[in-house]
Amino acid sequence: MSDAADQPVEDVANKVDEGALGAFASGVETSVDYPLQVEGLEKSFGGITAVDGASFEVEAGSLTGLIGPNGAGKSTTFNLITGMLKPDAGTVTFNGEDITGEEPHEIANRGMVRTFQIARELSEMTVLENMMLAPKHQRGETLWRSVMPGVRDDVREQEEELLERVWEVLDFFDIAHIAEEYAGNLSGGQRKLLEMARALLTDPDMLLLDEPFAGVNPTLEKKLLEHVHELREQGYTFLLVEHDMDLIMNNCEHVIVLHQGSVLTEGTPDEIRSNEEVIEAYLGGNV
Amino acid sequence: MSVRDDFTARIPGGDAGLIVLVLLATYLAYVLAGLVLGYTLRGQLNSIATLTFYIGVFAMLSLALNLHWGYTGLFNIGIVGFMAVGVYVTAIVTKPTYVAGGAAQVGGLGLPLWVGILAGMLAAALLGLVVALPALRLRADYLAIVTIAMSEIVRFSFLSGELQQFQLFGNRVGFGGGSGLILDFAPPLEALLRGVGLWNGYLGFVDAFQVLVPRNPKPVVDGLVYGLLLLGFVAAFYWLLKRTGESPFGRVLKAIREDEDVANALGKNTDRFKIKSFMLGCALMGLAGILWLVPQGAVTPNFFRPRVTFFVWIALIIGGAGSNTGSVLGGAVFAAVLYQGPRYFQNLVSAVFPNLDSPSGFGQAISPLISQFDPVPFLLYTVDSIRQLQLVVMGLVLIWLMHNRPEGMLGYRKETASVIPLSRPKSMAADGGSDDSVRTDGGVDSPAQGGETDE
Repeated sequence: MSDAADQPVEDVANKVDEGALGAFASGVETSVDYPLQVEGLEKSFGGITAVDGASFEVEAGSLTGLIGPNGAGKSTTFNLITGMLKPDAGTVTFNGEDITGEEPHEIANRGMVRTFQIARELSEMTVLENMMLAPKHQRGETLWRSVMPGVRDDVREQEEELLERVWEVLDFFDIAHIAEEYAGNLSGGQRKLLEMARALLTDPDMLLLDEPFAGVNPTLEKKLLEHVHELREQGYTFLLVEHDMDLIMNNCEHVIVLHQGSVLTEGTPDEIRSNEEVIEAYLGGNV
Repeated sequence: MSVRDDFTARIPGGDAGLIVLVLLATYLAYVLAGLVLGYTLRGQLNSIATLTFYIGVFAMLSLALNLHWGYTGLFNIGIVGFMAVGVYVTAIVTKPTYVAGGAAQVGGLGLPLWVGILAGMLAAALLGLVVALPALRLRADYLAIVTIAMSEIVRFSFLSGELQQFQLFGNRVGFGGGSGLILDFAPPLEALLRGVGLWNGYLGFVDAFQVLVPRNPKPVVDGLVYGLLLLGFVAAFYWLLKRTGESPFGRVLKAIREDEDVANALGKNTDRFKIKSFMLGCALMGLAGILWLVPQGAVTPNFFRPRVTFFVWIALIIGGAGSNTGSVLGGAVFAAVLYQGPRYFQNLVSAVFPNLDSPSGFGQAISPLISQFDPVPFLLYTVDSIRQLQLVVMGLVLIWLMHNRPEGMLGYRKETASVIPLSRPKSMAADGGSDDSVRTDGGVDSPAQGGETDE
């Protein structure tokens, strides 16, 4: 897949030429690994173009922020990347393979998993059931294996292994004390923690977090961020959609600004902060 | 924890104990009613056999529907269509081959009954697949529309003159049109006992039964033993569906019911899970239909009207969607109270008050109420027509349930979807968080309390 790998790097270089981000060019090296590459993504609903040729990459092991004013197409882009929506044009490449138009479950099984803007806990399942659901390739997900006597012992064995991991992750996120609760009874913040914990249990390479801090109190926000940073140090890659500019600026090393469905600019937080186009976009002016 | 929770938890034998207890209470009520009605022993045994039969079929159907609705959230209102396909395919496979001049208008393939039953279940499952493939791509409500339409299409197909008879593998077979099919082969009980070589022993047992029922005891014994056989099938359904639910497979089904997008985003191929669950449930519905209708000796398409589907739904709602134990109880209570109950109630009233002459028409019933404020003739008329009012009673019960106890008898009790208990493994040291801290944590409310507050 050498040609596929070369292409996006070239594209970044083009963007750098066009944009005011000369400094970014020095960061582009062929040796840098970009697990997620998005190329010319387009999607319209009826007459409204939600995403209009968005192209960007996410660097391995990075915490990349995707920001933009309301209606910039952030959530749609997320949905296009994770297969919840099918793009009209453009490609999504993950770990060097074209995943455009694949089903969400196929993409999740490739190691890219998302969370939702409004936490979508499975309310009438306990926290433990929510967590046990997530791990991939469970033998007992095949009907006959779950039912047949004898073979079910095999499933039981795997369940025991999974359960230990689930409790470890519950401890990591400090939600072990609510493990037996129904997810529907959790507070908003606990749901966010549960969602991130659940996504992590799918053993992903990359996590896409859709506004994980929306409606979360400052204490919990700090806690969530600590978890994100800790996981990033363990080698996970994060793409983060967020409304809160300060939060993105203080935590992400790379920021992509979407505006009217395409990438307005990208760079380090400092570069973005001083970019007049970005300020104008956020203030509602026409670019 | 409320009294009722403690009660269900304390019954010896757990869920099985609870089911046995409810069945015994039901039988006791029926026997007492039989005593009041002056039934002979034969009458008592017959009434128990009939009751067991309906408890069995409704419990099986309710369990199968629980897999669809309670576990996977699939809104199937075409249950009776899958039953019909099961019965008709079994009939065609099992009926003896056509002989000119015989009683039957059409023949079958003349294969053993067990082949017929398997074929019937397979056909129901395949019909389920055909229905599910287009409908599952759409949102939930469309499956409901497609299934109910399918069940009517199935009924009209069996009614149609075109399919009344046709050639299959060189045999004259068919669905018999409006006059239906004669099921001229050994009923399931006989086929089973012959198959395991116990038929002669069984006939000896029937003869011995003459001590209790002197004249022609066979139909009585047949009914009772078949009732037991059906309860055995209920136990098998229960076992199968409990294992299905309490597994990673069942966990994904539950997740689909709660939020399909989430299950999908976590890497589960939800369409496949839905289709598997749907086909399994349809096969079980087909089997329940076969066990219901094949012993009757004949079948007509108009038995398979949508009302049967709604009977099963009422049974499941009474028992509590999501709980297998609840499904069995719902089936039993529905069969005993709503399906068979009104007839017994009417008989009881006329046995206790033998001299009542109820008005013969609605006008005569209502006019004293209006002219003289005398409600008695109207009440008598109502009791007299209770069987005709059966559907009205069911509707009222349903409305009452929806308002006061939408979770049914046991729907509040969620059965954990895992092979093992999910408590912290002993090998792992517990950290600070204990169960007691739950109450102090904002936003958390005990689910048991939440379920009880509406009482």
